[in-house]
Amino acid sequence: MDEMFNKKHVVSMRDLTREDVEFILDCAERMMPYAKSGMRVLQNRILALLFFEPSTRTRLSFDSAMKRLGGSTLNLTSEESSVLKGETLADTIKVVEEYADAIVLRHPREGAARMASEISKIPIINGGDGAGHHPTQTLLDLYTIKKESHLDNLDIALLGDLKYGRTAHSLVYALNMFDANIALVAPEGLQMPKHIINSLNSVRLAEDVNDVIRDVDVLYVTRIQKERFPDPNEYLRVAKSYRLTPSVLDQVRENLIIMHPLPRVDEIDPEVDKTKHARYFKQAFYGIPVRMALLAILMNNAL
Amino acid sequence: MTLKKSKEELRVRSIKNGSVIDHITAGNALNVLKILDIIGTTKAIVSVAMNVTSKRLPYGRKDIVKIEDRELIPAEVDKIALIAPQATINIIRDYEVVQKNSVVLPDIITHVVRCPNLNCISNSAEPVYSKFKVLDSLALRCSYCETIIDTDIAAYLI
Repeated sequence: MDEMFNKKHVVSMRDLTREDVEFILDCAERMMPYAKSGMRVLQNRILALLFFEPSTRTRLSFDSAMKRLGGSTLNLTSEESSVLKGETLADTIKVVEEYADAIVLRHPREGAARMASEISKIPIINGGDGAGHHPTQTLLDLYTIKKESHLDNLDIALLGDLKYGRTAHSLVYALNMFDANIALVAPEGLQMPKHIINSLNSVRLAEDVNDVIRDVDVLYVTRIQKERFPDPNEYLRVAKSYRLTPSVLDQVRENLIIMHPLPRVDEIDPEVDKTKHARYFKQAFYGIPVRMALLAILMNNAL
Repeated sequence: MTLKKSKEELRVRSIKNGSVIDHITAGNALNVLKILDIIGTTKAIVSVAMNVTSKRLPYGRKDIVKIEDRELIPAEVDKIALIAPQATINIIRDYEVVQKNSVVLPDIITHVVRCPNLNCISNSAEPVYSKFKVLDSLALRCSYCETIIDTDIAAYLI
């Protein structure tokens, strides 16, 4: 299973080639039958979950994935004494690498997982570093697109705060590896940073989702965060105009799928859940086989 | 190889032994000294000429730095390319230029430039130095948080 994959850590999508990504997605597909029933490939192996900031979804998902593989987990949260005593992350890694076979790290500072990977002798998986990267989210997004739509010749629109949203940055980087046609729909001032836009092969920009929604296979909705707006009224105006309701879905492609990394706040009307287009809960489930695949690949390499 | 240079054209007197950094982008001489870690309290004899006439550089102006009794090695000077890509380094022995090199940007620069992202792990109490990958077109990408510096690199010198 591990002959093709030679990366020790998974920190940023930038580290992975298209072949690496395809390998992980294929492996995730093979994990699907076991994502509910479980298997024993990582029996007696221990995964450390180091979460220096809260993240229910990512932590539960990794915890579940490791246990489905027959392994077990250690948990460290930001309320733990070593964190409160001000131990450096570097020291924490040095200690925990003696207790576990791989580490999932969530940290409030950008670049934390990269630094950890330079120090650690066991695999580091980035579970989110500040506003930086969250590669397993991107991998499960790609897996969802592959399963529920298609990765070749894909037309996709990303909607929401594309300036600060790390999910969106990693995702467009990865989609570009698959030559997707990408539409970026964002309110004024929250459009994707220029250096990312310039790196994309096929991209169009819009401010109104109605301009693009009929031309895409996937609509990827992200959160618009209140704290990005100095003026609360401006936030309310933008949030309202970016809210996805069933009426926006008139005349869309028959097989359009709607994705969202969750948690959602107001971006998607719950009425949309009942349409045949909604895939966000399925997307959340796919986090399990994808993370199972990654854990199995990295920890088998570590043997 | 011995290169001779007419002494009349030099505004600052020639040095006997040491290094001359020529063709520095005008206005950047002090930044060059900063990169070389030559600060105000140095005991070295240093001459600085700023905004002197140059046929080679844009706007016809350049800076020159002369450091006496110190021969700079490539690892020290390559970092200068960040702010003065056209700089040349002349090593002087007994008033003669015995070696002339241009600066070559390294692929990775460590502990020279601070990451502009205050929330980057390299700006924390962790035992880690800043590290940037040098991209084409003289831009830097932080190896940790991937923030890109593409303007005014000198403002971020450590």
